[in-house]
Amino acid sequence: MSNLNFILYGVYPYIAFIVLLVGSWIRFDTNQYSWKASSSQLLRGNMRMASVLMHLGVLLILGGHFVGLLTPESIYHHVISSQAKQLVAMTIGGLAGVMMLVGLLMLIYRRLTDERVRANSRFSDVLVLFLLLIQLLLGLSSIVVSTHHLDGSVMVLLATWAQKTVTWQPMEAAEAISSVHIIYKLHVFFGLTLLLVFPFTRLVHILSVPIWYFGRNYQIVRRKQQYR
Amino acid sequence: MKIRSQIGMVLNLDKCIGCHTCSVTCKNVWTSREGMEYAWFNNVESKPGIGYPKEWENQNKWNGGWVRKANGKIEPKIGGKFRILANIFANPDLPQIDDYYEPFDFDYQNLQTAPLGSHQPTARPRSVITGKRMEKIEWGPNWEEILGTEFKKRSKDKNFDNMQKEMYGEFENTFMMYLPRLCEHCLNPACAASCPSGAIYKREEDGIVLIDQDKCRGWRMCVSACPYKKIYFNWKSGKSEKCIFCYPRIEAGMPTVCSETCVGRIRYLGVILYDADRIEEAASVADEKDLYKKQLEVFLDPNDPVVIKQAKKDGIPDSVMEAARRSPVYKMAIDWQVALPLHPEYRTLPMVWYVPPLSPIQSAAETGTLGHDGVIPDVDSLRIPLQYLANLLTAGDIEPVKLALKRMLAMRAYKRSIEVDGVENLDLLTQVGLTQKQVNSMYRYMAIANYEDRFVIPTSHKEEAMKMDEAFGERGGCGFSFGDGCEGSNSGLNLFGGKKTKRRDIIKSVQIWEE
Repeated sequence: MSNLNFILYGVYPYIAFIVLLVGSWIRFDTNQYSWKASSSQLLRGNMRMASVLMHLGVLLILGGHFVGLLTPESIYHHVISSQAKQLVAMTIGGLAGVMMLVGLLMLIYRRLTDERVRANSRFSDVLVLFLLLIQLLLGLSSIVVSTHHLDGSVMVLLATWAQKTVTWQPMEAAEAISSVHIIYKLHVFFGLTLLLVFPFTRLVHILSVPIWYFGRNYQIVRRKQQYR
Repeated sequence: MKIRSQIGMVLNLDKCIGCHTCSVTCKNVWTSREGMEYAWFNNVESKPGIGYPKEWENQNKWNGGWVRKANGKIEPKIGGKFRILANIFANPDLPQIDDYYEPFDFDYQNLQTAPLGSHQPTARPRSVITGKRMEKIEWGPNWEEILGTEFKKRSKDKNFDNMQKEMYGEFENTFMMYLPRLCEHCLNPACAASCPSGAIYKREEDGIVLIDQDKCRGWRMCVSACPYKKIYFNWKSGKSEKCIFCYPRIEAGMPTVCSETCVGRIRYLGVILYDADRIEEAASVADEKDLYKKQLEVFLDPNDPVVIKQAKKDGIPDSVMEAARRSPVYKMAIDWQVALPLHPEYRTLPMVWYVPPLSPIQSAAETGTLGHDGVIPDVDSLRIPLQYLANLLTAGDIEPVKLALKRMLAMRAYKRSIEVDGVENLDLLTQVGLTQKQVNSMYRYMAIANYEDRFVIPTSHKEEAMKMDEAFGERGGCGFSFGDGCEGSNSGLNLFGGKKTKRRDIIKSVQIWEE
């Protein structure tokens, strides 16, 4: 196992996670005014389809990655074999990926060509879109690569990397991923990079998914604190 | 009973001259910032007209306010919680900036720097969003000023519903009025209900509805949910902003900027006590036309011993109770019932009320061309159709509008009988159900309208803030600012904020040196 492999897949994940956590924490704590979804819908509303496709695609893909990579083999084997799981992942991931690709391309086109949106884009808004595009294209091409080995073995290696990483075994994690195709490695690398830039971009709005809206009363009243 | 207090506002439309001083002073104080150029916390519309943003009253188009469901419960018209979150990626009910107007500035500099030529130099418009040249300005915040577009377009005004509107397009029958608008600081705000982040709240002490700028994540649902379209999305900061009812001034016992600077002295500010436990019941009443009366029932009489006792228990300070007893808003809305809510049918229970305008009638009535109802001219022959005012103020119910107008006319006729005829015509008052004391009071508040009668605002009790160190910390503080206290979140180099909030130079300015 080369040192580079260890640095990229044994050390870099932790750096990315720490920057994500600490960076988001600092931003939330000291600069919450900048914590927002950064919608540009008001300036040009022709993005409904694009935005919905992109977001739904992302949600499906993220959910798939979480479940697919972090569920231990010993558990899912009761339900599904590795081979079948790989096929399911390829199909659902592929469909969601295409969905997201269409939406993302439309959004990139809009951001670069609409003069209102363009004039109000920060560097990071454009950067995020292109990072997502690269990451998505890598992910989609990994589906093509994976058609050459339908036995689920590579998927198991990648899942092992993810599981070893989250259980603080960097050596074993890097070991597991060292032999996979370069496409997978690039995909993982760019994925980690997205985590790294996360706190410095509009991506932070992901952390603010307002699910607790379901649990609250419609009206909110604030009271000036008083002597009791 | 759970008593809370609110600073309410009444606007006497009968005296509004449409000078826009309120709008301009408000803009100068609160929204002359990048991202908010297009936003007017206060604007004055000429009615009939579609208004700003376009057709804001048409809730079939914008889905603002609340709807009553079959089971008698109400929910925001843009949808229940699930639908709101389902639309979070792209809000189908969001106005475009063009529905307000594309904000612009002019190349004034060209007037000074243009080379000598055979034509007068001009200052051409430039979009402040893109910085690019605008060939033509298509729409503005007050495009319909004094009936400024053709009737066909203006008559899309939703208040013409259930009316034969064609005849009002004729020159002889045309009519107009001004409608100054600001956030209604509702008892049942739809904006707050629709905010996924829970950033919008109502203050218990004075009822002011505010957006917590730190908690706002820019999901932009409030913009759609507010039926008055008085929440504005700041396209620069990515957060929603709204009228703050000049709360720093209100806390200090001063009127809002719009009220303070109103040259027609049409605005009134005063305390209203309300029963917070009855809000939901009032907002959910079956018939839209009952909403006005139901809202009146939510308000409480500050002279009632039961109310006084409960207010003490609920922690309402004595100074607020005293102000409530002297409140001009209470007098106009509840005592004399000359002030009415704006579009109660939205079920938000608005707290900025309007005295309907009288329109040219008396002179015509005196020449015999119009009907008389005793000494009082017949309000049915007012130039502004009653149905139009009712659609605006009482969900289409003509009676309350009629009563308010009659009372105002009676006040005039009564005063005239004293001043001109030298006899007190008390019959007039019994006709409209007013006492002598009430009508004299009405005259004082509505005709004379002294400053200290119009604005009865108790100062907030900061000394009661639990942590004294907090109040102490405000000494030498930074006052109202965006960002993080004295720091200003986007000043200087900032890893997270990126672009600074300071103005971009859309229009290059050069210094001209006088030689």
